[in-house]
Amino acid sequence: MQAIVVEQITKSYGAKGAVKALDGISLSVAKGELFGIIGPDGAGKTSLLRILATLILPDAGEAYLQNLHVVRDYKRLRSLLGYMPGRFSLYQDLSVQENLSFFAAVFGTRIEDNYDLIKDIYVQLEPFKNRRAGALSGGMKQKLALCCALIHKPEVLLLDEPGTGVDPVSRKEFWDMLQRLKSWGITILVSTPNMDEAELCDRVALLHNGRILAMDTPAGIRGSYERPLFAVRSDEMYRLIQDLRQWPGAYSCYAFGEYAHLALQQSLQGFDTQADSVMAELQQYLESRHHTGIEVLRAEPGVEDCFIASTKDR
Amino acid sequence: MEAHVIFTDKLTKTFGSFTAVDQISFSVAAGEIFGFLGANGAGKTTALRMLSGLLKPTSGIAMVAGVDVMRHPEQVKRRIGYMSQKFSLYEDLTIRENIRFYGGIYGLSVQTIREKTKKLVDKLELGAHVDELVLRLPLGWRQKLALSVAMLHEPRIVFLDEPTSGVDPLTRRQFWDLIYEAAADGVTLMVTTHYMEEAEYCNRVSMMVDGKIEALDTPGQLKKTYNATSMDEVFRKLARG
Repeated sequence: MQAIVVEQITKSYGAKGAVKALDGISLSVAKGELFGIIGPDGAGKTSLLRILATLILPDAGEAYLQNLHVVRDYKRLRSLLGYMPGRFSLYQDLSVQENLSFFAAVFGTRIEDNYDLIKDIYVQLEPFKNRRAGALSGGMKQKLALCCALIHKPEVLLLDEPGTGVDPVSRKEFWDMLQRLKSWGITILVSTPNMDEAELCDRVALLHNGRILAMDTPAGIRGSYERPLFAVRSDEMYRLIQDLRQWPGAYSCYAFGEYAHLALQQSLQGFDTQADSVMAELQQYLESRHHTGIEVLRAEPGVEDCFIASTKDR
Repeated sequence: MEAHVIFTDKLTKTFGSFTAVDQISFSVAAGEIFGFLGANGAGKTTALRMLSGLLKPTSGIAMVAGVDVMRHPEQVKRRIGYMSQKFSLYEDLTIRENIRFYGGIYGLSVQTIREKTKKLVDKLELGAHVDELVLRLPLGWRQKLALSVAMLHEPRIVFLDEPTSGVDPLTRRQFWDLIYEAAADGVTLMVTTHYMEEAEYCNRVSMMVDGKIEALDTPGQLKKTYNATSMDEVFRKLARG
């Protein structure tokens, strides 16, 4: 059974629909799947999640969670979905424990009833249980918000950018928690602007300007990259990137951590036999431009390379 | 021109019994891209606010662009540029109006503002949009515009507080091209970011933990010191303690 089904959803804002946030989105997520909506700010992630959370209405198209329609069945739907908005939306003046009790009461349950589900997360919050939610650190706020979204044991969990504004350590902990929640059979739809988090999902949709660029497993997305790719470095990175962009065989060149990723114009097909000679040529070119500390390697494309390639081609 | 455009010695800020910034000492050279990293609550924002003249230090010394932050915070503000993800431009003003507004704040003449507007708009290829509301611009364009506006008064130091959060990967790299370009012109850039691969683009990186600078070096040397393959790993090792 598909836990989430989205068919041709469209949503516009402003006078006469001037801003098209979602432009005919279709996707489906299997029960128990961890599905990522990956895209930059303004891609349409929040609009999609709000429609699924029954908070706003689509202009056109249909969407179902657990076979319940997001518009027609919204009342029944709300009791079986957990939603964590992008902006921290708990009561800042209530303590950790008061927030949790409040959300449990709203859903007609008690903290004890589903404590197993939140136990791993809540033990980290427990030392601060009497602290006001507004006074928690970013990472702790996210954990509390997740507890509140889980307190009624939802079948589908919608998380809007849980990693934004949270430092890398807390972010990693948060993803570890999602993996554990998956083992309870909860279907999770999570949005993020961080391309590297795609690898932590079962499947992802790359979203840009309200459209899906690609939808597959992370490995499937990486496998679809069509050009030979090199990781290059030298002692002067900024000049290196500029020089590489001027190299006749270059299609694109961007900084990737300590390396620059250089994509070639030619296709990947049959390239393996030429790889060594191209690398030698490249090395020679950079030496002629007086670069030092040159290193040229074949690179495996990541999801971010794929995203850049498909936005550049548009 | 002095060698160090930012210099601090035992710079400290306490709020009641809580020490947010605990005796940090470091210096940044002209034209350097300096990464300022740390977990949430490590004291980055407090340190940045002191260096930009917005918050009076409790003790210690901070010299920014040759000015003592403790004694002349207003002069510091005039000599630096500041841009953040959260607040940069007025969305309900047009591009032209934003430039005029910030130019006015920095005391530029009408003539200078006019010239700057043309130069800036040409460089960013925004000519066709100069009278459009900033609200209508894609986020990536906005961030590039915001950086240029923050440098309208030709400051020698620019503070960038998470300038690329949420920006798409392609635009993020175009934004870094602008940072490199400014550094090549001798501008010092102090950048905070949550993207660890962006830490690699900095000349040097400092890592704050609990109000102290726990590590400060080039990305390459930090990885060696902490026996890590990526800056992400360095960060996790340091922040976890």
